Amino acid sequence: MTPNPYLWLVPLLPLAGAAINGFFGRRSSKKAISTVALVFCGAAFAVALLIAWDFSSASAPYYFDLAHWLRSGSFQADFSFYLDQLSLVMLLVVTGVGFLIHIYSVGYMWDDDGYYRFMSYMNLFMFFMLTLVLAKNYLFMFIGWEGVGLASYLLIGYWFTKDSAAAAGKKAFIVNRIGDFGFLIALFLMIKHFGSLDFTRVFAAVQPLSPETAGSGLLTAIGLLLMVGAAGKSAQIPLYVWLPDAMEGPTPVSALIHAATMVTAGVYMVARSSVIFERAPMAMMVVAIIGTLTALFAATIGIAQTDIKKVLAYSTISQLGYMFMACGVGAFSAGIFHLMTHAFFKGLLFLAAGSVIHGIGGEQDMRKMGGLRTYMPWTFATMGIATLAIAGIPPFAGFWSKDEILWKAFGASWVYWLIGVITAFITSFYMFRLMYMTFGGDYRGAVVQQAHGHEVYGHGQGTGHGEPHESPGVMLGPLVILAVLSVVGGFVGYGNQFEHFLAPVFQGASAVAQETSREAGDSTLEYLLMAVSVSVAVLGWLLAHLLYSRRPELPKRIAASLDGLYQAVVNKYYIDELYAVLFVKPVIDGSTTILWHDIDQGVIDAAVNDSADAARHVSDNVRHMQSGNLRSYAGWIAAGGAVVIAYMVWMGVR
Amino acid sequence: MIPLSYYLLLSGILFVCGVLGFLIKRNIITIFMSIELMLNGVNLSFVAFAAQWHALSGQVFVFFVMVVAAAEAAVGLAIIIAVYRTRETLNVDRVNLLKL
Amino acid sequence: MLHLILFLFFGTICVAGAINLLVQNHPINSALSLIAVMASLAAEYLLLGAEFVAAVQVIVYAGAIMVLFVITIMLLNAGKEERTRGSRVAILIGVPGVLIGAVLVAWTLLNRSDLQTVPIGALKGDPSDIARLLFHDFLLPFEVTSVLILIAIMGAVVLASRPEAVARGPRKDAE
Repeated sequence: MTPNPYLWLVPLLPLAGAAINGFFGRRSSKKAISTVALVFCGAAFAVALLIAWDFSSASAPYYFDLAHWLRSGSFQADFSFYLDQLSLVMLLVVTGVGFLIHIYSVGYMWDDDGYYRFMSYMNLFMFFMLTLVLAKNYLFMFIGWEGVGLASYLLIGYWFTKDSAAAAGKKAFIVNRIGDFGFLIALFLMIKHFGSLDFTRVFAAVQPLSPETAGSGLLTAIGLLLMVGAAGKSAQIPLYVWLPDAMEGPTPVSALIHAATMVTAGVYMVARSSVIFERAPMAMMVVAIIGTLTALFAATIGIAQTDIKKVLAYSTISQLGYMFMACGVGAFSAGIFHLMTHAFFKGLLFLAAGSVIHGIGGEQDMRKMGGLRTYMPWTFATMGIATLAIAGIPPFAGFWSKDEILWKAFGASWVYWLIGVITAFITSFYMFRLMYMTFGGDYRGAVVQQAHGHEVYGHGQGTGHGEPHESPGVMLGPLVILAVLSVVGGFVGYGNQFEHFLAPVFQGASAVAQETSREAGDSTLEYLLMAVSVSVAVLGWLLAHLLYSRRPELPKRIAASLDGLYQAVVNKYYIDELYAVLFVKPVIDGSTTILWHDIDQGVIDAAVNDSADAARHVSDNVRHMQSGNLRSYAGWIAAGGAVVIAYMVWMGVR
Repeated sequence: MIPLSYYLLLSGILFVCGVLGFLIKRNIITIFMSIELMLNGVNLSFVAFAAQWHALSGQVFVFFVMVVAAAEAAVGLAIIIAVYRTRETLNVDRVNLLKL
Repeated sequence: MLHLILFLFFGTICVAGAINLLVQNHPINSALSLIAVMASLAAEYLLLGAEFVAAVQVIVYAGAIMVLFVITIMLLNAGKEERTRGSRVAILIGVPGVLIGAVLVAWTLLNRSDLQTVPIGALKGDPSDIARLLFHDFLLPFEVTSVLILIAIMGAVVLASRPEAVARGPRKDAE
């Protein structure tokens, strides 16, 4: 490992930006705030590029020790940074896509009152995410982990005066915390058995251990617990319920945090811990099963949603499921590859959706959209490219990564592959449904209420008042860049270059090594499977075209005939209600009766009140001694004297 | 030849009678007289012990006790007169308000 | 023998007078029985040889203090005691307390073995001897008690005088 003195700059530049905007932003002009935010974020991106350039000619991972932190006996954890190929990929994705989204949000959030707050929180998020990605030990990564949860809470509940937004922020944070509990237990196990949380030390300790094929053991436990944490952060079953609600936040937030970066932290963490997972086959299987089921489950919910952002939210959950499926079958590099391409096209999808919402004055219901193709050509084009990418149609980026995953999954079990293919079909269907409902046909919406005032940054005059209009250049720029990336981003995977690039990270005798051996031969099988997935994607497109372009009356008839099933899907299978009954209500009721009434009021308050009462009672009773009656005083004196005499006699007798 | 304890018993009986009078009687003047009775009992025991231990200072002390008793009686009776003027009663049970 | 008879005689008068003080209703009766107690106590002092003390007892106690009491009783026209509801505490706690204390003390005294007997006229309390002690060893208490008496006189005068005299008095003294 070679030291690199610039590693610490990358997270700390956005932190400086967040601090400046946070403390001084209230009285600064919007231009100044934007400049600060963009400069610091861009500087982080620039430094990341420089480091990447350096790294291309380096032979060993980079590290940098910033400061001492914890020393306790033989356990040590410091503020140290680490960069290898895996973190480099994540670093470039986070800084690059993050910077683009910062630019976009300058335009999107310009008219908002708390503009400085938004920019400050965004920079803060970048700081925590970069800490997470660049950390050298699990504890420092956990700081970033928790920090992105915090930033997510702050940004989801950004419009905190709205009850639903505040509640969504709380929900995200709390569900995350449940996952963090599992993560922490895993960390404790690591400390206990390996004596350290440093990546190199832990992996060196795990390396010589043999795989736990029995299905139980220390590594299986650690792996399962890490997966619990990842399920919370990356919105997998059963802890995914916060992500759809998180759409209450502004769209750039959804793009950055809930599509491109934060939710991928779980995948990154699982990939980083590949050494552990590879030696715990049971944990890997659980990861794969959770990922697969989540992918299918979320996709089925997505086909019936009417809010454009909710569709994209469930789509995110579904794609994350793909990534976990990949990690679960041992194809970690495929999972990271999909993470990267997903950041491009899902970020683009969200930003474009934001552009649509912005252009029609805040409306998010797709039933009230339509025909926006003519009003917003740029948005339409970029969103179309992203849709093609996510559906997995070559040569766009999503095809390469998704296919890699399906191929590797087939190597593990055809069940994974089959579910993945079905999910791909559903994905293509609902994405094209979204496109047709939003951009096709005629405009079904109301007259656009101008939601912004006169000071509009870079806002063109549009096609007159009351009509949907295209977004300003500052918002379209990132869309175009991301669209380009969605087209060419997949080519890095051509000829397994990406996998070879990440190979040094995922080396280590893999217990599922037979997949790689299968890859050498069977190229015809690979092409066959590729053809299946592409044709399935096209089928999805055709079905969407049929139902939403050719015969738009069909969806209603289908929904009516499958009424019960349709209701269940639209209501997200009533999972939120189930959780409310199973977990939320008992906790609240238990907390109210036991903790509040019995303990807080009954014991603590009672102790204080009763001691005051007791003092009063005692003094009430003792008060009668002061009667003003001379003879009673004399009586007390006589009695007291008798006591004293008795005591003296007793002492004398002893 | 009388054992000292007889004198002390007598002294004790006088003292006890004094205390009982203090507790039982209702007239303030009678209560004062019980106090004097107590003092007398104590004087007797002083003199008895002085005789036993051939210490004349016991008798001198009796002298002082008497002086103090006289002073106290004078002041106490003056107080009784003052209270009688406002309360019109010599019954100690009626003078039980701690403020006038 | 005579010593014992005299002791018992005067002792009986003492106790009888004390009990009479408790029993009588009218304060003047109590005062007179108290005088009887004091007189017999003076006789007891003589039996112990304390001449001076006996004389002072009769002159000061019986002759001055009790006279003061009797004058006050006459001045205030104290009548028979009325029956008022007294303090329960005094009766229920005080009386048993006192009795218990007395029993304990008596028991202690009677069990001591080193108490000797006292012959008649054991310690002759000559006035000259007492004077020597009084003005030599106990000079300070003597002077202090004389000041005490002075204060008591002033206090008694102030307290017992009529209200308008009191009102005028302190103002004069304050100047």
